[in-house]
Amino acid sequence: MASRATVPRPAETPRTELAPRSWRQRDHETLAAYLFLGPNIIGFLIFTAIPVVAALVIAFYDWDLLLGAKFIGLENFRELLFDDENFRAAFVNTMVFTVANVALSVAIGLAIALLVNLSLRGMVLFRSIFLLPYVTVTVALSLVWKWLYLPEVGLINQTLGLVGIDGPRWLTDSTWAMPALIFLSVWKTFGYNMVLFLAGLQNIPEHLYDAAKVDGASAAQRFRDITLPMLSPTMFFVVVISIIGSFQVFDQALVMTAGGPGTATTTLVLYIYQRGFQSGYMGYASSIAWALFAVVFVFTVIQFRIQRRWVSYD
Amino acid sequence: MTDPRLPTGRLGATMRADVTARDRTKPLMATVWPYIAYAALIGLAFLTLIPIIWMVLTSFKSSAEVSASPPTWLPATWHPGNYRDAWNAAPFGRYLANTVIVAGSVMILETITSALAAYSFARLRFPGRDILFLAYLGTLMIPRQVTLIPQFILMRELGWIDTYQGLIIPQAFSAFGTFLLRQYFLGIPRELEDAARIDGASRWEIFRRIILPLSGPALATLAVFIFLFQWNNLLWPLVMSNSEGTRPVAVGLRAFQGQYATDWNLLMAAAGLATLPVVAMYLVAQRWFVRGITLSGFGGR
Repeated sequence: MASRATVPRPAETPRTELAPRSWRQRDHETLAAYLFLGPNIIGFLIFTAIPVVAALVIAFYDWDLLLGAKFIGLENFRELLFDDENFRAAFVNTMVFTVANVALSVAIGLAIALLVNLSLRGMVLFRSIFLLPYVTVTVALSLVWKWLYLPEVGLINQTLGLVGIDGPRWLTDSTWAMPALIFLSVWKTFGYNMVLFLAGLQNIPEHLYDAAKVDGASAAQRFRDITLPMLSPTMFFVVVISIIGSFQVFDQALVMTAGGPGTATTTLVLYIYQRGFQSGYMGYASSIAWALFAVVFVFTVIQFRIQRRWVSYD
Repeated sequence: MTDPRLPTGRLGATMRADVTARDRTKPLMATVWPYIAYAALIGLAFLTLIPIIWMVLTSFKSSAEVSASPPTWLPATWHPGNYRDAWNAAPFGRYLANTVIVAGSVMILETITSALAAYSFARLRFPGRDILFLAYLGTLMIPRQVTLIPQFILMRELGWIDTYQGLIIPQAFSAFGTFLLRQYFLGIPRELEDAARIDGASRWEIFRRIILPLSGPALATLAVFIFLFQWNNLLWPLVMSNSEGTRPVAVGLRAFQGQYATDWNLLMAAAGLATLPVVAMYLVAQRWFVRGITLSGFGGR
C-alpha cells in the first residue's frame, strides 16, 4: 500500500505532452494563466502586497488623519522601543497571553481529540459540541463571559463560593484580568485544535498499533512511541498556527476589558487600534503593526528552524 | 507484517514482563473503559456548553432575576419579550441584513477569485509562477493588522468609509483560499483534462466543465469557512462602519453593550440574536466547516 507521502504530486511529475509545444501554444498558456490569475492578483496587490510595504513607509511618518503627514524618520520606532511603557506592557501581555493560550489550548485540544477519536458511538455529537465555541461570534461570547466573571453575581465566583473559595474580582483585578482573558480564549479555540489533531490521528495507519499490540506494548507506550511521533507534523502545524493567531488577539480584550484595568490586558493589536483609530496616530500605529509582524516572523522562523529536532516526517 | 519505522526493540523488551498481568485485567478494563470515556466526555461537553446555555437561559429572565444572588439556573418566569425589547432597542434587523450582505458578498467574490487563481497555479505554466506562489504563501504569515492602516487610508481616499464596497472589496482576495483550492485541484487527475483538450476544449471550458463540477466539496468548504469568518469578523468593520446603515452584527452588538451595560437579560438576548443564525448555519454546514479546518491543516504534512 502506497502511503500518501510517496505518491508524487501531479504538478511535480514531468507531464506527457499531447504534442510538441510550439511558441504559440506557450504564449497562449501564459496569457490564459494571467487571465485566470488576474482578478485575484490585482486584489492581492492592492489590498495585501502594497499595503504591507505602505505600512512600513507610513511608520516613518507622523501621520495624523486630520493634520496630515510629516516625515520623521525612525522617530516612531525610537519612541516605541525606548519611551513607550504602554507598548512594553502590550508586548509583555501579548507574550504571556500567547504562551498560556497556546500551551493550554494545544494540550486540551490534543487530550480531547484522543477521547473523541475512540471508536465509540456518538463521537460526532461530542465533536460538534467541542467545536461550537469556535464558530460562535466572539463579541457575543465575550459578553457572556464578562457576566460569568462578575465578582458578586457571576456564575464563576458563585460556584467557587460553594466550595469555600472567595473568588477574585477577575476583570477589574489587574492580576486576574489576563488569566480571565486566557480562560475564555482557551475555551473558544481548543475545538479548532481538536479537529486538526483528530485529522492527524486518523491519518496514523492502524497497522502500526496492531504491530505494537502484538509486541505487547501498553497503551501508554503506544501513545509515546507511535501516536506522538506520527502526530508531530500536525503538532507543529497546530503550534505555528496557534501562535500566529494568539499574537493577534483583539476581540475579547476589546469587549471584556478594553485593555484594562490600566494596561493589564492591552494586547498589541488592541494597542494598534487605540493609537491608530482612537487617537488617530496612523504612523505610530503602523510602527506597532510592524513590530507585531516582526515578532510573528521571528517566532515562525525559529519554529521552522527547530522543527527538525522534534518533528518526524514519514 | 511489522512496519520498519516502529520502535519494536524498546517496546518488545520492556513489555514481555507484564503481558500476563495485563491479560488478566483486560476484560474488566474493556468493559469499564467506555463508561469512563463517556463520563469524561459528558462532563467536558457540559463544561463547554455552560456559557452558551447560560446565555440562552439568562436571555429569558426578568431584570430582577438577573441580579439575584445566588443566581438561578432556570428562569422563574420566562420572558421571551426580552428578545423583542433587544430587537427594538437597536436595529438588529439592519445589523443582521448588513452581516449577510457583507459576509455573503465576500464569500462569493473570494471563492470565485480564489478558484480562478488556484486553477492557474495548479495547472498552467507561466513565467514567474513559482515565485508568485511563494509570495502568496508568505503573506499567510503576515498578521492582517499590518495591512489595516494602509487599507483604511486607501478607503478614506476612495471615499469608501462606511460603505458596503469598503467593507467587502478589501476582504475579498485571499492567499488562503487560493492555496486551499490549489491543493485540491492538484489532486484532480490530469487525464480528464487531456481528453477534453484533444477534443479542442479551451482552458476556460475545462475549468468550467471539468474542474468546477469536480470541486464541489472544496468550493463549499471554502465558502462556509469564509462566511463564518466574516460573520465573526470585528476589527475591519469596527474601523469602517460609522453608522447603523452598514454596521454588521458583531459591531452592532458592541455598540449595544455600551448603551445597555447592565441590562444583562437584554444583552444576552442580543448576543443570542447575533449568535443564533451562525450556530444554525454551523449545525447544517458542519461537515464542510470541519473539512475546511482539516484542509487548512494539510500544511502539517
